[in-house]
Amino acid sequence: MATLNVLILVCLGYVVLLFGVAFAADRMAAVGKGKWLRSPLIYTLSLSIYCTAWTFYGAVGNAARSGLEFVTIYLGPTLVMVGWWWGLRKLVRVARSQRVTSIADLISSRYGKSNTLAVCVTILAVLGGTPYIALQLQSITLSFSIFAEADPTGLYREGSSVFWVATGLALFAILFGTRNLDANERHHGVVTAIALEAVVKLVALLAVGIFVVWGIAGGLGPMMDRIDASEIGQWNVDASRWTTFTFLSAAAFVCLPRMFQVMVVENDDESHLRTAAWAFPLYLLLMSLFVVPIAVVGLDLLPEGSNPDLFVLTVPLSQGNDGLAVLSFIGGFSSATSMVIVTAMALSTMVSNHVVMPIWLNTQDRPGAVPGDVRTIVLLARRVSIAAIMALGYFYYSLSGGGAALASIGLVAFAGISQILPALVGGLFWRGATRTGALAGLSVGFGLWIYTLLLPGMDGGIIPHSVIEHGPFGWGWLRPQALFGIEGIDPMVHTVMWSLLLNTIAFCLASLLSFPSPMERLQGAQFVNVFDHSVAPRGWTGSVAQSEDLMIMTQRILGPTPTQEFFQAEAERQNGRPGRLPEPTPGFLQRLERELSGSVGAATAHAMIGQIVGGASVSVEDLLAVADESAQMLEYSSQLEAKSAELSRTARQLREANAKLTQVSMQKDAFLSQVSHELRTPMTSIRAFSEIMRDTDGLSADEQTRYAAIIHDEALRLTRLLDDLLDLSVLESGQVSLNMGDGTLRAVLDRAVSSALTGGGATLQVRRTRASERMALHTDLDRLGQVFINLISNAQKYCDAAEPVLTISAHDVGGQMVVDFVDNGSGIPPDAQSMVFEKFARVGSDKAGGAGLGLAICREIMQRLGGEIAYLPGQGGAAFRISLPLAYQQAAQ
Amino acid sequence: MSRKVLLIEDEPNITEAIRFLLTREGWQVETHDEGTDAIQVIAAARPDLVILDVMLPGKSGMDILRDLRDHAELQALPVLMLTARGQSRDREMAERAGVSRFMTKPFSNAEVLTAVRDLHAQASRS
Amino acid sequence: MTSPDDDEQPTPTRPSVFLERQSYRRRRLADAARLLPFLGAAMLALPLLWPDDSGGAGAVPLSSAMFYIFACWGALILIAVLFGIAARRLSTRDGSAPEADQWPR
Repeated sequence: MATLNVLILVCLGYVVLLFGVAFAADRMAAVGKGKWLRSPLIYTLSLSIYCTAWTFYGAVGNAARSGLEFVTIYLGPTLVMVGWWWGLRKLVRVARSQRVTSIADLISSRYGKSNTLAVCVTILAVLGGTPYIALQLQSITLSFSIFAEADPTGLYREGSSVFWVATGLALFAILFGTRNLDANERHHGVVTAIALEAVVKLVALLAVGIFVVWGIAGGLGPMMDRIDASEIGQWNVDASRWTTFTFLSAAAFVCLPRMFQVMVVENDDESHLRTAAWAFPLYLLLMSLFVVPIAVVGLDLLPEGSNPDLFVLTVPLSQGNDGLAVLSFIGGFSSATSMVIVTAMALSTMVSNHVVMPIWLNTQDRPGAVPGDVRTIVLLARRVSIAAIMALGYFYYSLSGGGAALASIGLVAFAGISQILPALVGGLFWRGATRTGALAGLSVGFGLWIYTLLLPGMDGGIIPHSVIEHGPFGWGWLRPQALFGIEGIDPMVHTVMWSLLLNTIAFCLASLLSFPSPMERLQGAQFVNVFDHSVAPRGWTGSVAQSEDLMIMTQRILGPTPTQEFFQAEAERQNGRPGRLPEPTPGFLQRLERELSGSVGAATAHAMIGQIVGGASVSVEDLLAVADESAQMLEYSSQLEAKSAELSRTARQLREANAKLTQVSMQKDAFLSQVSHELRTPMTSIRAFSEIMRDTDGLSADEQTRYAAIIHDEALRLTRLLDDLLDLSVLESGQVSLNMGDGTLRAVLDRAVSSALTGGGATLQVRRTRASERMALHTDLDRLGQVFINLISNAQKYCDAAEPVLTISAHDVGGQMVVDFVDNGSGIPPDAQSMVFEKFARVGSDKAGGAGLGLAICREIMQRLGGEIAYLPGQGGAAFRISLPLAYQQAAQ
Repeated sequence: MSRKVLLIEDEPNITEAIRFLLTREGWQVETHDEGTDAIQVIAAARPDLVILDVMLPGKSGMDILRDLRDHAELQALPVLMLTARGQSRDREMAERAGVSRFMTKPFSNAEVLTAVRDLHAQASRS
Repeated sequence: MTSPDDDEQPTPTRPSVFLERQSYRRRRLADAARLLPFLGAAMLALPLLWPDDSGGAGAVPLSSAMFYIFACWGALILIAVLFGIAARRLSTRDGSAPEADQWPR
C-alpha cells in the first residue's frame, strides 16, 4: 500500500519535473531554438486542458450514473474542431490580427474597444471559473483522501492539503504564466508543461482502461457482455439533455477563458488548427474510450455506495495495483493542475487588463508616464490576480465544504460561460451586432444563469425555498426552475435553453435597435471580413532573409551604427555568435519593435514589423494610431513648411532688395548721365562763344555784347543747375535742417509771388483769394516759399495761354492746408503726368533753360515738411496741389 | 557753288554759335529745332551735310539717323552727330546707325570746322 | 493574348486556368469542411431516435450504442484527416503557404 508520504513525494517530484520542463522550454524559446515547441502536436496536446479533473474522474462517475451521456461533453468540442474551417479559423485569425489577449479582450475589441463589455465578460468568467477551480481542488483532495483512508499513519488533514495544493498551483502559474513581460507573447514553458500533462493523463486513463478490460474483464468480448449485463447496460439517454450538453460543451469549448488562452492566444500558427482538427477529437475519443468499461467494472467490483467519481483510482487500488493507482492519481493531478494554471493565467490577464489597469491608470496623474513602470505594474497586477483567483477558489471550496454540491459545478460553469457565445458568434459573423446588443444579451443571459441555475443550486439558501417553489412574490411563472410556467424540464436544460434563447433575442433586438459608434463599425468590418483584410499569418517562422529585411528597415530608421550594435547584441544573446544575423524570434521582434517605436511611434513600428514578418495584420487601432502619428508629422512638416516659406520670403525680400539696388544703381547711372548732359549743354555754348570771341577778329560791338550775354546766361544756368543738384542731394540724403517758424500762408504766398514774378516778363497774372489764406503755419517757411516759387515760375515758364493766368486757392480740409495752383494753359499731357516729379523730367523743349529739377525738389521739400505735392489732372491747365497738415508741430527729421 | 548745311539742334545758343562759325566758312546754314519732322525737313532742304543733336524733343537723333540711312534718296548724306551725353555706349550706337562723324559736347570750334570740311571733301570726292 | 504568335510558346493563360480549377477545388473542399460538423451532429443525434429501455424489450444494448458512437466519431476524425491532407496539398501546390520547414503532420 502506497503511503501518503510516497504519494506526496511523487507529487512533488512530478511538480518539479513540470517546473523543469516549463523552464527548459522557456529557455529554448528565448534563444530561438526548439522548433518543436511551436509544433501542431504541442498545440493539440495543449488543448487537452479541456479535460480537467472533472472529466478525468467525473466522466466515469457520470457514466456509472447515466450511461453514455458523459460522451456529450466530448462530442461538442469534436464537432467544433471538425468544423474549424469556418469557426475557429476565423476566431484565431481575428484574434491574431487584433493582438487579442483574452476572450474579454476579443469581445471588447469587437464592440468598439468597450471596457464595460470587457469587465462584464471578466466578471462572468471569474464567477464561472472560481467554482471550477474549487472543483479541481476538490478532486485532488478527494484523490488524496482515497490514499489517506488506506494509509495507516493517518496524518492526512484535508484542509491543509487543499491549501498547499492551491498555493503550489498559484506559484506555478505566477512563475511561468507571468514571466514574460508581454501578455501577448506565447508562454512556451506553460504550454509545453501542459502538453506533457496531457500525455500523462491520457496514458494514465488508457492504462487503467487497458488494465480493466484485459486485466479484469478478460478481453474485449467479455467486456462487452459485462457492459450489456450491467445496470447501465441499455441505451437510455434523455434526448433534451443529450442535445443540450453537446451544444453546451461545444459553446463552452470556444468560450472558456482557458480554452481561448491555449487555442487562440497561444496559437503560433493558424495551420496548426488543421492538425488539431482531427488530432484533438482523436485525443478526446481516446480519453473516453475506456470510460464505460471502467464504470461498469467499478460498479461490479466495488461495494454499494462507493463514490463512482473515484472509480479510476479505486478500481486499481481494489485490485492491489498500487503502481497503476499512483499513475492514475498523477493523471488526475495533471488534469487538475493544468486546468488551474491556465485558468488562473487567463483570468488574471483579464482581471489585470480590464479591471486593475484601468483603475490604476485612472488614479495616475499622468497615465502611462513611464513605460517601464507600467510593465511592472501590469506584471504585479497579474500576479496578484492569480493569487486572488486561487484564493477565491480555495475559499469557495472551503465554504461549500466539498461534497456532492460540486459535482455539477462543471456544467454550471459551462452554462455560465456559454452566455458569451451569442456576442462572440454574432460579432464574428454579423456586422450589425452592436455593443448595446452584446451588453443586453450578456446581461440577460448572465442574469438568467444566476437566477435559474447558480442560486437555486447553492445549498446555503441564498434564495428562499419558497421562491423556488412558488416564484418570487408568489408569481408562479417566475419560478427559477420553471420559467413561464413550463415545468418538468431538467434544470440544466431549462437554464441553457432559456438563458441562451433570451440572450440571443436580447442581443439581436438591441443590436437592431441601437446604432453603433464609428469604432464599432470599423471593428465589425475588420472582424467579419477578416479574411478579406488579412493575409494568412504564418507564425514567427523566421528566416534569415527576414532578418536581413528587418535590418535594412531598421537601418533606415535608427541609422547604421546603432542598428548594427543592436543586431549584434541580439545575435550574441541568441547563440553567442555576434558575427551572424539573429533569428527573428518573437522576443527579438518584440525588442526590435520597442526599439523602433522609440523613433517612429508604437503603431508604426508594429505595422512595419508586421509588414516584414507578416505575423499580424494592421488593426483599426493601429491605423488610427498611425493616423495620429501622421497628424503629428503633418504638423511637424507644416512647421517645416512655414519655416521654408519664411526662408523663401526672406529670399524674395533679398531679391527685391537686390532688384531695388540694381534699379537704384541704374537710376544713378541715368542720373549721372542726365547731370552730365545738363552740365555739358550750357558749357558747350560757353565754350563755343568764348572761342568765337577769342578767335574771331572784327566782331562788332553788338555781337560782342550779345555773345558775352549768352556766355553770362549760360554760366548762370550752370550755377543754378549746380545749386539745384546740391539742394536736391541734401534733401534726398535727409540731412537738411529745417528752419521751423510761424507765419501765415498769406505772408508766404506774398513773398513767393513777388520773388517769382520779379525776374520774368511779368505777363503771368496771379489770382488769389486772400481771405482764405489766413491759415497759421508752423513749418519751414522759406522751404515752403521755395515750393511756391517753383510752382509759380513753372506756370510762368510753361503756361502757353495767350493771357496766362494762375489761380491760387487755399482750403482747410480736415486739418490739412490745401493749396491749389491751377493755370489756364494746355496742362501736362496725361502720359507725362506721372513723370513730372522725376528728376530732369521736362515736358516739351525747355526753352526756359530749367534743369528739370524744380518739381523733384518740390516733392522732396514737401516730404520733409510732412506734406505732399500732387498733380491734379483734369483742371483745364496744369494744376498742382500742395497739402500740409496744419497741426504739424513737430520738427521734421 | 553753295554748300548747304542743315543744323538740327534744340539749344538756341548752340545753334547760334554753329551758325556763326559755318556762315563765316561760306556755308548756307539752315536750322531746325525739333525731332519729329526732321526727316521731312532734311528731304525738303536737300543739304550737303546734316549736323544732328541726339537729345531732341519729339524724336531722338539716333532714330532720325536710322530713318535717314533707310531713306532711298538721303542715305548717302554725311551726318555729323553732336551729343552732350558723352558715353561710349552712345558712340557705338551712333556708329551702328551709320553716323559719319560723332562729337561730344562741349566741342572746340576748330574741331567742328575740321569735321565739316572733311565730311564735305569725302562726300564730293565720292 | 489572343494574337496567334502566343500559341507557339506556353501562354500565360494556361496556368490561370489551372489555378481556377485549383481554387474551385479548394472552394468545394471548404464547403465540405463546413458541412462536416452538421454531418457529425446529425449522425450523433441519430441514437436519440432509438428506443430506450422505457419501452421494455426493444432497447438497444449499450455496447452497440458505444460501438455506433465511437464508429461515427472515428469516421468524423478520418474525414477531418483527409480534409486536412487535401487542404494542405492544395495550399502547397499553388505555393501560397510554404510550410516545408514546419513540423511534419
